[in-house]
Amino acid sequence: MSDVTLKHITKRFRDVTALKDVSFEIEDGEFFVLLGQTGAGKTTTLRVIAGLEQHDEGQLLFDGEAVDNLTPADRDVAFVFQQYSLYPTMSVYDNLAFPLRSPLRKTPEAEIRQRVQSAAEKLRINHLLDRKTAHLSGGEMQRVSIGRAIVREPRIYLMDEPLSNLDAKLREALRVELQHLQKTQGSTTLFVTHDQVEALTMADRIGVLDQGRLVQVGSPDDIYDRPATTFVAQLVGTPGINLLPATRQNGSLVVKDSSIQLLKQSGSDKVPNDFILGVRPEDVQPTPDGDFAGEIRLIEPLGVETILHIKSGQQSLLSIVTGMASWSIGAPVRFNIAGDRVHYFSNNGKRVS
Amino acid sequence: MAAFEETGPRNPVTESIRVDKVHPRARFMKNARAILVLILALIGLIPVVAMGLTAFKSRADVVAVPPKLAFEPTLEGFVFLLTERSQLSGSKLEEAKANADDLGLFGQIALRNGQRVNGPSDYVTRLWNSLIIAGGSTIISVVLGLFAAYAFSRFDIPGKDDLLFFILSTRMLPAVVVTIPLFLMFRQLGLFDTHLGMILLYTVFNLSLTVWLLKGFIDEIPREYEEAALVDGYTRFQAFYKIVLPQAATGIAATTVFSLIFAWNEYAFALMLTSNNARTAPPAIATMLGRGGIEWSAIAAGTLTFLIPVVIITFVLRRHLLRGVTFGAIRQ
Repeated sequence: MSDVTLKHITKRFRDVTALKDVSFEIEDGEFFVLLGQTGAGKTTTLRVIAGLEQHDEGQLLFDGEAVDNLTPADRDVAFVFQQYSLYPTMSVYDNLAFPLRSPLRKTPEAEIRQRVQSAAEKLRINHLLDRKTAHLSGGEMQRVSIGRAIVREPRIYLMDEPLSNLDAKLREALRVELQHLQKTQGSTTLFVTHDQVEALTMADRIGVLDQGRLVQVGSPDDIYDRPATTFVAQLVGTPGINLLPATRQNGSLVVKDSSIQLLKQSGSDKVPNDFILGVRPEDVQPTPDGDFAGEIRLIEPLGVETILHIKSGQQSLLSIVTGMASWSIGAPVRFNIAGDRVHYFSNNGKRVS
Repeated sequence: MAAFEETGPRNPVTESIRVDKVHPRARFMKNARAILVLILALIGLIPVVAMGLTAFKSRADVVAVPPKLAFEPTLEGFVFLLTERSQLSGSKLEEAKANADDLGLFGQIALRNGQRVNGPSDYVTRLWNSLIIAGGSTIISVVLGLFAAYAFSRFDIPGKDDLLFFILSTRMLPAVVVTIPLFLMFRQLGLFDTHLGMILLYTVFNLSLTVWLLKGFIDEIPREYEEAALVDGYTRFQAFYKIVLPQAATGIAATTVFSLIFAWNEYAFALMLTSNNARTAPPAIATMLGRGGIEWSAIAAGTLTFLIPVVIITFVLRRHLLRGVTFGAIRQ
């Protein structure tokens, strides 16, 4: 396993710039998740690291050595594709053995057999080894695809949304398996996803990409509790964060067009006069003696918790409460906001602290 | 299940692999369509059947009116086609008849018409020429076409669309138009009436077809397979050989059959650009018309033997021709 460093990587496709000056470092044995929306440049980053795309500027280092000019084969990385990409003319066994049979490695057949067996056992696909890949279910295909990566010891695992084509149940199961596998093997992994739940649950560190730029790198805690921009704040957490336009008035923080008024909090000294107040839905709690008044507009019961859409003045807020308490639409409600947990952003979306 | 079979589903199920689920009307329509196709196929086969029958008829039966469907089959046509014979007369004929037991099958048949077999006819050489020229040009054009198609499909080639159009444009006027210039060029280059010349010519004509056809098939194979192979430690060529080639088998088979049929059937160039050494079967069959009386059975026999190799190739590759494009493990 290796550590991987990207230095000022820029990648252009004709007149579109897919990656703009992206720099980050993945440490040896780390599970690094790249999070971003479709078209943010996540897959391009993976392909640049794998050598399937050549970057236009910047430098790519494995263990401190430049690999910019190496072929994909020589970089010795393992790639798990979103579309599985199992070789359709081969059996599952041959698919798993394929990387080991590469002329670069020249593994003896006996060792191939043993390694394929052990990878198949880890992924619980040993009963499928003789099958043709076309006869597998989606979950089985993705297991084989992961198996093809773990039969050898690559310098880094690159995973391109490997779970996104699976149904929800299977995705959760495989997510846990992947995490377990990564932790027991201590493998360096770069995992790409648009799913914030996957990112928060699996990652040691998360890098958030937006339109080819790396917006923030940090632990899941950092990303969730200290989002660098409103974009990051909106990207993580379901339901999404409440972003409310607000102003400073005589030492208190007033949300525009509503009755919400917070007392001046510590740490809000640098906040400009006009700013955006970010409040996580779990920090909006209805209580009978709450400070603010509103009206319930919509109720989304989810079982363990319920999402309330509260309208206060012209602003609407999401609130998440535990259980399936009996709320009714149109009823007035009083609520509190946890003032010490709110986020301040300037009007251009940058965090103020 | 039984009750279901009697009434059928409420709405017609037109496509299902479960026979019991198909609505009676849909089943009837399917049969009706099959019958229609069968009738059309039979109509299309009439000339082939007529040819096949004629090949085995005697001289008298060939010209009989109305045409005979029941007749005594003979190999006369094949004897005329495949042998060089001379007419015997008087004492020589008697002598030959006396020693008839020593003759082979073809010799005996020739003798019935008062002829002696002197040796194999030119037609055997012509057929052999056809095999070499059609086979050679097909292999070359498919191999070259495959590499070109792969490059066009996968790499960012400057002016790609123009190049592809340029390749196709070689097909945009009737080939025969360029016969005279080609004839002059072939004379100058010493390619006239040579196997090499004909192989080159057919290769050039087939290339546009093979490049375009194969590009279509290779476009269908997702790039991810090769990319997976590249990451798994293979070079571009190894990935092509191990991953793309097996998946392109269907396309390669179809392309091979098409270009083989073209090269095998080509008539005009073969007539103009060959005389003896490299003459192929199609012009040879046509010239049989000329030699003293039309030997219909010989012509039919020639056409039949000419058809057989193509039929065999098509038959061998039919599994590939029919099997659809890759049934891959990629979820779209």
